[in-house]
Parts: sequence; structure tokens; C-alpha cells
Amino acid sequence: MSAVQKSPVSKRASASTSPLLAVKDLSISFRTSRGILKVVDGVSFDLAPGECLAIVGESGSGKTVSAMAIISLLSRNQAIIEGSVAFKGRELVGLSEDELRPIRGGGIGVIFQEPLSALNPVTTIGEQIAEVIVAHRKLSWREAHKLAIGYLEQVEISQPDRRAKQYPHQLSGGMRQRAMIAMALSGEPAMIIADEPTTALDVTIQAQVLDLLRRTTTERGAALLLITHDLGVVAETADRIAVMYAGQIVETGKAANVLREPASPYTRDLVTSIPSFAARGKKLNTITGMVPSPDAFPTGCRFAPRCRYAITACTTAVPPLEPLNDGRLVRCIRTKEVLDGTAAGKRKAPAVKREAAR
Amino acid sequence: MTAVARATKGTKVQKAESPWAQARRRFFAGRQGPWGLAILGVIFFLVIVGPVFAPYHVGEVPKPSEFVFLGRGPSAEHIFGETAQLQLDVFMLVVNGGRASLFIGFVAAVGSIFIGTLVGIIAGYFGGRLDSFLMRLVDVFLAVPSLFVIIVGAKILSALGGTGLQTIIIVFIVFGWMGTARLVRGQVLALREMEFIEAARALGVRPIRIAVRHVLPNAIGPVVVSFPFAVGGAIIGEAFISYLGFGVSALTPTWGNMLSNAEEFLLQGNWWWLGFPGLFIILTSLSVNMIGDALRESLEPEGRRA
Repeated sequence: MSAVQKSPVSKRASASTSPLLAVKDLSISFRTSRGILKVVDGVSFDLAPGECLAIVGESGSGKTVSAMAIISLLSRNQAIIEGSVAFKGRELVGLSEDELRPIRGGGIGVIFQEPLSALNPVTTIGEQIAEVIVAHRKLSWREAHKLAIGYLEQVEISQPDRRAKQYPHQLSGGMRQRAMIAMALSGEPAMIIADEPTTALDVTIQAQVLDLLRRTTTERGAALLLITHDLGVVAETADRIAVMYAGQIVETGKAANVLREPASPYTRDLVTSIPSFAARGKKLNTITGMVPSPDAFPTGCRFAPRCRYAITACTTAVPPLEPLNDGRLVRCIRTKEVLDGTAAGKRKAPAVKREAAR
Repeated sequence: MTAVARATKGTKVQKAESPWAQARRRFFAGRQGPWGLAILGVIFFLVIVGPVFAPYHVGEVPKPSEFVFLGRGPSAEHIFGETAQLQLDVFMLVVNGGRASLFIGFVAAVGSIFIGTLVGIIAGYFGGRLDSFLMRLVDVFLAVPSLFVIIVGAKILSALGGTGLQTIIIVFIVFGWMGTARLVRGQVLALREMEFIEAARALGVRPIRIAVRHVLPNAIGPVVVSFPFAVGGAIIGEAFISYLGFGVSALTPTWGNMLSNAEEFLLQGNWWWLGFPGLFIILTSLSVNMIGDALRESLEPEGRRA
């Protein structure tokens, strides 16, 4: 496996010496009927206190699986987790369910993609928040129910005392996701994993929920690990970004740098396939083909078969993650040519717009 | 406060109605549920308070010299007619037999569903070897020809001194829990993969609490639905076994052994002796099935979101 360099630490985090979360060489395999499939391969990243890191990738790139592996939510019968996940210096890989319980919710909160299915349909919102409070603090149910109303207020749900007594089906999609955020906050965790928190919401609500999520985590100095495929979300929210493709990180660095001037051909294609006002009237860039399935990862660079810059050398060995001058790490052997535009492409490469994501 | 919070401030927040309350409302809004309950209610009323109005006591056995060869049809005094031989009032027999039949039906249903739910939750939630063992046990119980075992079991238990009533309830419970166990296990297995169970786990909620507060309430719907059907099944089962002569002895009247006793007189025109208990079996079975169907419709998960 390639040598993995320590990710650059963002400006906000430079004060603290040790990262809050350090994921190193994380590999995840699943036992399936087709044999053991490695879906995540040598992923490393750090998260500093209060920082927001976005993991970006297409469906099937392994971003959600990586995030769920952090708190060992994957089925122990099916998933094999290798590598290291250190939270506040403590190794989480290999801990028992009993050892993980205080960390789940209390140290690391989780927000799921689809709030309707992530909330119990036959239990009130208030009860579900109180349940997390009771799990992590020595409080009576009565006190926990009172506190739950406070959390609903923090996520800007009107009439929180009455909403607390309602069931998930009585809330709108946006309000459900707010309630889910309240649940994740109620254990007062040091970091929150948000798995596509806005995907299931209307476009008009997405920005509000994202803003709320960023604000509530910043207020209490909690770090945010944002899993998304929406580069617009990343541009608005994240300090740093890690782009995943076929189970590997292909580019990671400051969000602004990566989005303004993507160095890996994959990130470049992702950025140029966002419709934008600047490129109106022109044909939208698409990436040909599909993400390969884990049993058919190509040898060499996994993006090579879909890459406009691919040359023969790309198909021989997996390129290592190499640092750039601005502290970024990029997994591509032609980074230089891609960046200065001298790489001959199979197809014409669309120009990267300066104001990349909206 | 954000714009949204301000915008919704004025709107009235809907009254919190639990999914159970919704189901109850849907149950009574339909036609089948209330009618089923009404029919069952009348049957219960007759069976429980019937003896108060009854002009004839079962215990009054006429002298052998007063035995009649054939019964008498319904009259003002005996609205359901009288039996042959002992000249018993058929209405009283139906009422007393109903007590036994309904008792058997409800106790057997409660018992078998309780055991089935327990086994299903343990097998589904804890999984692994325990699950394999319990499911093989279910297979074994299902593989046994139940009618044969019920007859033999009833005979053995009677020989051990059990009354017919106890015997038949025990046998029905022992051979009646497997369906519920499979049903509940399937529910629990599906629920275990649900995101809200995973979310509760991801936020550090204890497994026992997850089982009790998240799995059980969401798995119980189909069990509730199956209860009336189990009651009906046990009542019909009792009638069937007793008709064959292996159930409750003739000394304790049940709807089943009334059929058995009346059968030979049917061809001589004594239709009331067999007809009235038969009608009550059908009405009871019909009403519990209506209630079951209504419960199924009001507890349907798709309907829950409406």
C-alpha cells in the first residue's frame, strides 16, 4: 500500500497539537457471496477540534462506509475493519459494543441521511432526544425531557414544548432533520458525523439545515465530518475536503484550493460537471462510465479507465498520494501536466471555472 | 430565530396523536371493526348474563322415565328448542357451552401468542446459535402431524387426570405458538436493519432499551392482528376435536361437543340442537375475523403515514 502522509492541518486547528480524530490506513472489506471485497482501501485523514472536513465522492466510493466504520456501526459478521481510528488518542477499532457505547452519541454524534427512517415512528421526538441524554448523562427522565425541549429550541424548531410530544410523521422533512440534529447534539459530542444530511431535503431547506448544522457545531466547538456528494455543500461548509474514488482518497486539502484548482483529473471532472451560471448555454461536462464495483477495481489508477488524461503508465501501479506545494495530497502521476494544462487528453478537457462551486 | 421559525410561529401545532391513537381511530372509522366487536359483544353478553334470564337449569335432569326419543323445536318457553333424551334447553347449553368455548379460545390464543412472541423476539434479536436452535424447534413442532398429536396428547393428559378443558388449552398452546414465533422473528430481523434502530445504536442507547422501546412496539402490530384469528382458530379447533370425540367430555358442554352429541339426531329433524351451537361458532369466528381484518387495515404501516 502506498505511503500515507499526514494530512495538512487547517488554520483553525493549528493551535491544538493532536487531532481529535485520526484515521490511519483504514481498510474495510466485506464478506460477500462473491468472496471478500475490499471497498475502502488505505484511507487516512485527521480531524482537528472544531474543524469541518468533507468527504466527497460518488455513490459507491466508500465514503459512508468509512464514516460508519469510525464508530464500528458496520455489521461485525460481514465487515472486516483494518487500520486505526483514534478518537482523542484512544483506538476505536476492535472495541466491544459496551466500550463503544459511551463514545457513540457522547463523543461522536451521528446524523443520518433520511430523517424519516432514522426516527422511530412510534416514539415521540422528545422521548428520542431524552433517550440519548439519559444514555450519556446521569439525569432523570423528567430532567432529560426538559433538556430535550431546550435542544429542539437550539435547532430552531418553533413551539419546542409541543413538538417534543409529536411523532416523526407529524413533522416536515426539514423539521425532522432538525430533530435528528438535536438528537445528535444532545449527547454533547466533540464531533458529529453527518452522512448526506441534506440529500433527502428540498433544495430550499438544504441551505437552512446546513447553516444550522455548521452554526450549532461551531458554537460548541464540535468538529464536523460531512459526508456528501454535493460540491455546493462542501464549498459553503467545509474547511478541508477529501475526495474519494473507488475506496481511495484521490485528493485532499483545503476546500478552497481543491475546488478552485482541482489537481486530480477526477476532482476536475467532478467540479466541471456542476451546472453553473458562468457556463450557461454550454454542454455540461459528464464523466463517462461508472464507478467500478469493488470486485472489478482496475489495476493501477482506479480512475484510469474513465480518465481523459490516462496514459499507459497509469494502468501499471496505483499512484501514491503525493503532496503539492499548498499542502494538498493528490493521487495522480500526471498532476503537473494536469495543472499546467500540458497533458494531452483523450477528450477535450473543459476549463475549470474560477468560481468553481456555486 | 430564522425565517422558518418565525414563519411557523403563528401556525397552530397539530395535536400530538400517537400512531396507536391513529390506528384506533381508523379501526372505529371502518365498518368491519365496529360490527365485529358488536357481534362478539352480543355473544359475550348472552354467554355471561344469559343464565340470569334463562328459565331452565342445566342441572335439572329428568328421570329416565321422562327421557324423550326426540327433542322439541323452538318454542316460547325454550327459544332454541330442547334436546332429545335429557330434554335439555338448547339455549342454556349454548350459553354454557359458549363459556367453555370462548374460555378455550381466548386462553389458548393468549398463551400461544405470548410464547410465540417471546420465542420470536429472542430468536430474532439475539440471533446466532440460539436463533438456529429455536427455529429448528419450530420446524420440529410444525413437522409433527398436529391433529394426531393433539388427539393423542389430549388422551394422555386426560389419563393423567386433567380435565378436558385444561387438556385442550394446553395442547392448543403447545402446538399453536410456532406461527407467531416465525412472524415475530421475521419482524424483528427486518427491524434490526432499520435505520432508526441503527440511529439509536449510533447514539449510544442501550440494547435492552432498544429491544423494549424500539423493536417491540414496531413488531407488535402483526401480533395484535393475529390475536383474533388465533381466538377463532382455537374455538373452531375445539369444536373439531370435540366433534371427533377427543376433546372436552360431554359433562362440560362446549359448542364442539354439542355438535358431536346432536349429530345423530340431525337426520331425525332435530336441526336446532346442532344448528344453534353451529350458528354461534360461525358468528364468533366471523366476528373475530372481521376484527382481525379491521385491525390489519388500521395497523398497516403504509396507512400509518397518512
